[in-house]
Formats: sequence, C-alpha cells, structure tokens
Amino acid sequence: MRDFQFVKPSSIADAVKALSSEGAVALSGGQTLIPTMKQRLNTPDVLVSLTGIAEMTGVCRGDSGLHIGAATPHATVAAEAGAHYPALACLAAGIGDPAVRSRGTIGGSLANNDPSACYPSAVLGSGAVIVTNARQIAADDYFLGMFSTALEEGEIITEVRFPIPEKAAYVKFDQPASRFALTGVFVAKFASGVRVAITGASNDGVFRWAEAEAALSASFTPDAIEGLSLSGDDMISDLHGTGAYRAHLCKVLTKRAVLAAC
Amino acid sequence: MAKVTMTVNGKSVTREVEGRTLLSAFLREGLNLTGTHVGCDTSQCGACTVHLDGKQVKSCTVFAVDAAGGDVRTIEGMANKDGTLSRLQQAFQDHHGLQCGFCTPGMVMAAAALLEQNPKPTESEVRHHLEGNICRCTGYHNIVKAVLAASGQDVGQIAAE
Repeated sequence: MRDFQFVKPSSIADAVKALSSEGAVALSGGQTLIPTMKQRLNTPDVLVSLTGIAEMTGVCRGDSGLHIGAATPHATVAAEAGAHYPALACLAAGIGDPAVRSRGTIGGSLANNDPSACYPSAVLGSGAVIVTNARQIAADDYFLGMFSTALEEGEIITEVRFPIPEKAAYVKFDQPASRFALTGVFVAKFASGVRVAITGASNDGVFRWAEAEAALSASFTPDAIEGLSLSGDDMISDLHGTGAYRAHLCKVLTKRAVLAAC
Repeated sequence: MAKVTMTVNGKSVTREVEGRTLLSAFLREGLNLTGTHVGCDTSQCGACTVHLDGKQVKSCTVFAVDAAGGDVRTIEGMANKDGTLSRLQQAFQDHHGLQCGFCTPGMVMAAAALLEQNPKPTESEVRHHLEGNICRCTGYHNIVKAVLAASGQDVGQIAAE
C-alpha cells in the first residue's frame, strides 16, 4: 500500500478543512476503503479519519424520526435502533460479519454506494434525508448510480434522518462469500403509501420499484404484486447469479418482505 | 512516521509507525505478538481478529494510527493469569476445535466477543457470529461445540452432521 499522511480531526469543521487539501480522502470504518487501498485502487496522499468526531456518532430519536450519526458503526445501530425502527436495526445486524459491524459505518456505506450494499435500500426505502456539512439531500436525489452519489468533492455526510414507517422489513438473499446482498429488498409502509427499494440487482445500484409500490399501496399483501415482473436485462450478472435470476429474486424477496412487515 | 501509543493486553506500548501500517503488522512486527495470524489480508478470513476497545475487529483492516489510544486484546492476552488456558481455549482443545490451528486465534477472539455479549448463545447464534471466520480443516462443528461448551452448556447431544 502506498503511504499517506493520517489526520484524525475532532470536529466537522476541521475535517472539511483537512479534506480540502490535495489528494485527501475521507476514511470512516475503512471496511471497503482499506482493502481497495491495499490493491492500489485508491492512493490518497492524506487520509482524514471521520471516526473521532463526537457529534457524528450516536442514535437518537428526533423530530423527524430516527437520527443516526454518520460515523455510527453498524453494531451500534443494530443494538440501539431496535426500539424505534426494528427493520433498520435488523438490517444493520445482518451487514457483513461481526468484525465488519464493529468498524463499518452508515455514512461510509452511503458515501461508497456499493450496488450490493444493504444500507442504501433502507435509506431509499424509508425516504430518509442525508445531512452533510453543507446541506440536506433527499434519498431520492442522492443515489446516482453504481458507486456514484450526489456528494460533492470534500462533502461529508454527518447524519442520516429516517422517517419511521408504520410497518417495514428488509429481506436479504445472502451472497455467503462476500456477505453483501446477492439481492435485498426493503419495504416500508407509510400513511402516504408504500416504498420498495432494491439493492444488489440493478447495474445502476439501488432503485425503487414503482409498480410494486403502487400495487402495495393499494393492498399491502404479497399477492398484490403477483402479476408484476421486472426485466433482468439491466441487472447485475455475475458468477453468483444472472440478471434474470436477480429479477426473479426481486419479486420473491419483495413478497417475503411484505409478509415479514405484516 | 507517527508515534502511536495504545494498550495491548493490559500494557501501554509506543512505537513509530507509518500511516499505512496495519494493526496486524503493528502487533506482529512491532510487538512480536505473532499469535495474531494474517490469513488472507483481504478482510475475508477473520484469522487476524483481535478486540479493539472491547469490540472484535479484523486487525488487517484497521490502521495502527487509527487505533492510537485504544485498548487492544490479542490471543496472547486470553490465557489465565497463571498461564493456564482460559475456559474457552481449553474447550477448543477438549472438543477438537482445531486441526492445523491457523484460524484458531481469530476463532477464539470472535467467540470470546460473542460470549461477552451473549453468555449462553444457541448453536445458531454461534454459527451466525462466526460467519466472518473461515476454517478450512474442521468443518466448524467442533468449533461450535467448543464455544457452546465454554458457555457452560451441555454439548453431549450435539452431533456432527
């Protein structure tokens, strides 16, 4: 791995300043970034750790739902979000393995936007708000495709605010080697309607399945989407599953998620 | 280079490290604590698992500088004070929870983290918790049996299937 200068600021303002220097990259839990640095796919000159900033850590119930500091590890969300938003806690408890959950953070996962990561489906499925050092971004405007987000250069996610649905569930079909979702579906029922967000399927990363949302908003039962289907043409196809297989999983897992949420 | 101080197995240690020095290298090469094994070096196998501030982490996927000020526990810190094997380590021996032994330090550290949070786990909870630790010898059954035995549960009825 190429060497770098390491800084660990204790405030958001200092982190933003450190990230403005040439070749600076933000480090959160490092569970994706460190392996990519070992392969020299990422070679920062300065690594700015975001895990020493107290105001970016913690889970609390706020005016607009559940507020989670961006540097909060998955294990903390799994342990502390359950009383407010069980489906979210359950999702966090299934990310990677226990060691990954000790270090990996929600902000890191969202900034990376891996097309098979779990968290993006909860954020998009809940219609959460991503708070950065500069602004608030609605989930619908945030995910711009595989490993691509609305974040500007040097912009830091500081908090994620989840509205709490009436009912919700996440069902993940495990890819047991990587522990990512082969495909995963997050379903959330609000008074205003149902949202369905799917990860691990599309080549464009997490997406909402509009037809399923309409059908489930009319009738929140697994049978409501019986007549629907998704095309596998634009879906991830790899040695673990073809696009058609993933398209099939989308429907099966959506039904299971509705059943689990009921 | 940066000067890094942390507590390892109850003792304060200070070393000069590069930014890129991994916690696994800090322990093995800096402190000669070679019980922490590096299996894959790609965050897959869990052989390098240690505890950092009471939480299990893969030491190949944490920078030593990021662990500065932390409290680290490795396999060398797991035995009883008189040098005899801890209950968990002894259970691995009694139940043949290892063959080549390469994954064992990581397995013991992961299992110890589980038992601290959940002193009487079910078989399924043990298996779920050890998902990030790969063993290529035992087929896991005897590892699971050892962890259940260390938790004080009767393992007489658990048969390898």
